Amino acid sequence: MTTGQDLELVSLTKRYGEALAVNRIDHHFRAGSYACLLGPSGCGKSTTLRMIAGHEAPTDGSIVLGGSDVSWMPPARRGTAMMFQNYALFPHLTVIDNVAFSLKMKGVEATVRRKKASAMLDLVDMVRYADRRPDQLSGGQQQRVALARALITNPQVLLLDEPLSALDPFLRIRMRAELKRLQRELGITFIHVTHSQDEALALSDEIVVMNNAVIEQAGPARNVFNRPRTEFVARFMGGHNVIALPQGHFAIRSDRVSLTAATQGRLDGQVTGVEYQGGHVLLTVRAAGDQEIAAIVPEDAYFDKPMQQGADVGLSWDDSALHPVAV
Amino acid sequence: MRKILRNNHLSGWLLAAPLSLVLLCFLVLPIVMIVVVSFWGATEFSIYPAFQFDNYQFLFGSPVTYSVFLNTFKYAAITWVFTLLIGFTVAYFLAFHVRSLTWQIALFLLCTIPFWTSNIIRMISWIPFLGRNGLANSTLISWGVIDAPVEWLLFSDFSVILAFVHLYTLFMVVPIFNTMMRIDRSLIEAAYDNGASGFQTLTNVIIPLAKPGIMIGSIFVVTLVMGDFITVRFMSGSQSANVGRLISNDIALLQYPSAAATAVVLLATVLLIIAVLLRFVDIRKEL
Repeated sequence: MTTGQDLELVSLTKRYGEALAVNRIDHHFRAGSYACLLGPSGCGKSTTLRMIAGHEAPTDGSIVLGGSDVSWMPPARRGTAMMFQNYALFPHLTVIDNVAFSLKMKGVEATVRRKKASAMLDLVDMVRYADRRPDQLSGGQQQRVALARALITNPQVLLLDEPLSALDPFLRIRMRAELKRLQRELGITFIHVTHSQDEALALSDEIVVMNNAVIEQAGPARNVFNRPRTEFVARFMGGHNVIALPQGHFAIRSDRVSLTAATQGRLDGQVTGVEYQGGHVLLTVRAAGDQEIAAIVPEDAYFDKPMQQGADVGLSWDDSALHPVAV
Repeated sequence: MRKILRNNHLSGWLLAAPLSLVLLCFLVLPIVMIVVVSFWGATEFSIYPAFQFDNYQFLFGSPVTYSVFLNTFKYAAITWVFTLLIGFTVAYFLAFHVRSLTWQIALFLLCTIPFWTSNIIRMISWIPFLGRNGLANSTLISWGVIDAPVEWLLFSDFSVILAFVHLYTLFMVVPIFNTMMRIDRSLIEAAYDNGASGFQTLTNVIIPLAKPGIMIGSIFVVTLVMGDFITVRFMSGSQSANVGRLISNDIALLQYPSAAATAVVLLATVLLIIAVLLRFVDIRKEL
């Protein structure tokens, strides 16, 4: 059922010559949700975003926003707005003129558009910098301006192309909280392209994992993390082992693997690495069949019974922690 | 000795010295010489050192000077307009419509091919084309567009400006192309995303960002046209004059002081124009 301003991709395809960038993907983005397109570079996530934005024409299929097909509309008439990876602020314009750019293009009078742009700058807490030029701003400030410039068009869907990748790690965490806050306040759909699992898990109502031009798995963040459907998703989301057992392949979270004395567990192996990580200890075990299995053990439990590299151990787990995955 | 060499101040001067010397010998001294000679006196058969304002008095007192300067400005202005329009269009095409870098380089080199021959040859090759019984006239007649040969094609202001535009458009293309290539493509997408039409993107994003290139190209073209004399002489069939020809005539008559005075006034005029142009755009920021 399509309600309100849902965004739907219908067997969307993009081909560059022979190369398939996006292969017949179907997806339904609920209105007012925060969705992350997650995947390694070259998986087609950016191309998908650019097709939604209207900067790339689909080879086949369609993009439906709020019940109408927007696949061939110019970007500004779709009800989408895009925030570019490097922010793409106009270097010759001041902050306020950058934000007011789309209003100027519509022919809105100068005083009116300055007032509206000012209100928008207030939303991202940048009023103080209204008369600066982009090159006089820090990365985080530039991003706020880019955000204001995208939001002033009153989009139903905001498209963000790796918005946090140009920031340093500390700022990245602060800005992502800010993005989430804005999305909640505005109640519009955010579609955020990223290759960082942490970012996707922290922000998303829904994660769409892409690989090799198709969607591998989509769903609420917790579902995707806890129940990966394929080996790729399990490995890409991290924190999982994929174990080959006689019954097939299974994903299991590293913190659900426990260590026992040798021959007491379900699999035997040798410790090949011990990494202290603060709250817990990461042990790498080489098990039968030349499989690398990571186990995360709480710090205190580990130091009660420390282990040397090369020690023989057994690996154990609860059956309910196993999830069959396609390879 | 070591102490002296360690002195940063001194080593700075030493590093700058060779270039300063070259500029002093080949730029500053000749100009000083011209300024000095412009105050000398001259008779029909001799020139003598003096400090008098006769040359300037004569120059500013003669109506010919004003009409010749006016003519020079006219050539510069019209040539500037045409080279700017053509140069901007060509640069825009090369920078934004030619997708592959290989083609960009190939087409760019194609633009420079005329520079493999000398200015004068390129200029003279217009003559058989534009002449009374030249290619242009005979083609137009055979098409029935005109009945009699068009007279103003050659040895006219038209042919002078045609030659100027032909010779100097590339000086406009190169700097504009250069600044356009540095415009981030995502800015154009961003403008499009914000609802700008193609024309609005051009006027609101591309032209403002290409301004330094436009300014540098304009300085090239204006100074080249202001200082030219050979093009005007050949293409006008010695029927029009500009300041350059005024100077070259004086030199032919061995009237060096008068030529020097005209040169000083021309130099001052051109420097003034460049100063005004530079007020519009800070090109140092872009270099």
